Amino acid sequence: MFTEALLTTLARLLSGASVRWIDSQPDTCQRIYFANHTSHLDAILVWSALPSNVRKLTRPVAAKDYWNGGWVRRHIAKTFNAMLVDRKEIKVHKSPIDIMLRELGNTHSMILFPEGGRSSGESVGDFKSGLFYLSKKRPDLELIPVYIDNMNRILPRGEFLPVPLLSCITFGPPLWLEAGETKNEFLPRARTALLQLQETQRD
Amino acid sequence: MNLTPVQLNWALAGTVVVLLSMATGVGQILSRKPRLGINPHAVKAFNARLRAWWVICCLLAIAFLSRELTIILFGLISFWALREFITLTPTRAGDHRALFWVFFFFTPLHYLLIYFDQYELYSILIPVYAFLFIPLRIAIAGDTKRFLERVAKIQSGLLVCVYCLGFAPAILYLDIGEYAQRSRLLFFLIVMSLVSEALQFIWDRLYGRNVISESINGTRTWEGMLGGSASAALVGLTYHLFFHPFHEYWHTALVSLLIAVMGFAGAMTMSAIKRDRGVKDFGTLVEGHGGVLDRIDTICFAAPVFYHVARQLLMA
Repeated sequence: MFTEALLTTLARLLSGASVRWIDSQPDTCQRIYFANHTSHLDAILVWSALPSNVRKLTRPVAAKDYWNGGWVRRHIAKTFNAMLVDRKEIKVHKSPIDIMLRELGNTHSMILFPEGGRSSGESVGDFKSGLFYLSKKRPDLELIPVYIDNMNRILPRGEFLPVPLLSCITFGPPLWLEAGETKNEFLPRARTALLQLQETQRD
Repeated sequence: MNLTPVQLNWALAGTVVVLLSMATGVGQILSRKPRLGINPHAVKAFNARLRAWWVICCLLAIAFLSRELTIILFGLISFWALREFITLTPTRAGDHRALFWVFFFFTPLHYLLIYFDQYELYSILIPVYAFLFIPLRIAIAGDTKRFLERVAKIQSGLLVCVYCLGFAPAILYLDIGEYAQRSRLLFFLIVMSLVSEALQFIWDRLYGRNVISESINGTRTWEGMLGGSASAALVGLTYHLFFHPFHEYWHTALVSLLIAVMGFAGAMTMSAIKRDRGVKDFGTLVEGHGGVLDRIDTICFAAPVFYHVARQLLMA
């Protein structure tokens, strides 16, 4: 509770984030928020940009090898109710997709970074296939693109001290996996939806 | 009737509240009666500006009460304005460490030195030491692409948002009269820059013919600039009759004129930066609000000039 308030306030102060919803509304229905990933603060920012009733149901997906190390990281992961997914050891019947779907249940939503890791922020990288397999198994989930602007300048990869510029988080309209759509069609489509939010920003 | 400086301040605060209330009343009437034939966009802009004025005047009341709080307040405004400035300036990953120093070392230190009244130090901290440090730090980071351009952008941001604005609260440390008198001088600077901005706007609308620079701002005209500044001098004279900011009436008129001209310079320069980046306001990232920097650009340019002229006129 205390850690939550502290971290959200800190992340918001440092990022000066303004939040926009374009053709989309906050809702408690089950969703996957997929965002571009450029800084350590991204998950906390997207999470704190949601209204509190939605936030309670939303779980960021995080790498187990990183967030399970040390008391502080474990505590933070627990505070945000993060889904820890092992990206190194993938076993049969315990694939990350199965774990995520099990953790998701019938009430939760999740925040996912489909690029797989942090990018330099100048362009959005290709998406990993996880998003596709998730929606194939659960086609009812709404996929919401989230574009995080400027965070790569606030806390870039490899830096530990933030520079407090102003960032902007844009939530876009939901999309779904179409019937019969293949992985190679779907992933670029989802990526384009994310990039379109970047365009609206520049207007 | 002889009032003490503190009583005079209260009288001034009262006058401002009355004037602002009257203007707000007019604005409300205009917005409810669209048939009067006044451009509804102008009325909307007028009302938005009035809201900003109310906020600024409420904040100014703090200056009357506490010098320490005023320094903190201006420090925060500088910090936020610098955020807006750098956000709109394309910097590269190599600038990150330099920016960290700019935000968390030079900005607080500048205001700390103002707080301790170290004029000899804060007047050179940014123009000399930060000026030399920024290119060095970026050079160490090793990214040469558009090097001079990036350095200059960060230096300009720091100078305009922090160094120049810092001279506004520094007025509270001038070695003249009582504190109440000094705080009234700060009040004079800020209100005059707002008033001259409004007067230039009105002159532009009523008599504007010769646009100064189409590509920077299509509404600013020479008529507006000259007429607005001259009327600002007249407003300054009226102010002098009651509150005597300077010894001679023509000093007050001249300083008012100077504030108006510098305010014009600030608005033009900042417009140029905004046009270059292709935005309307520095605060475009926060939807529906102009940025802090859009409100204080006139004060940033007027403050250092006002500070030094006032120092000469009052301490000579």
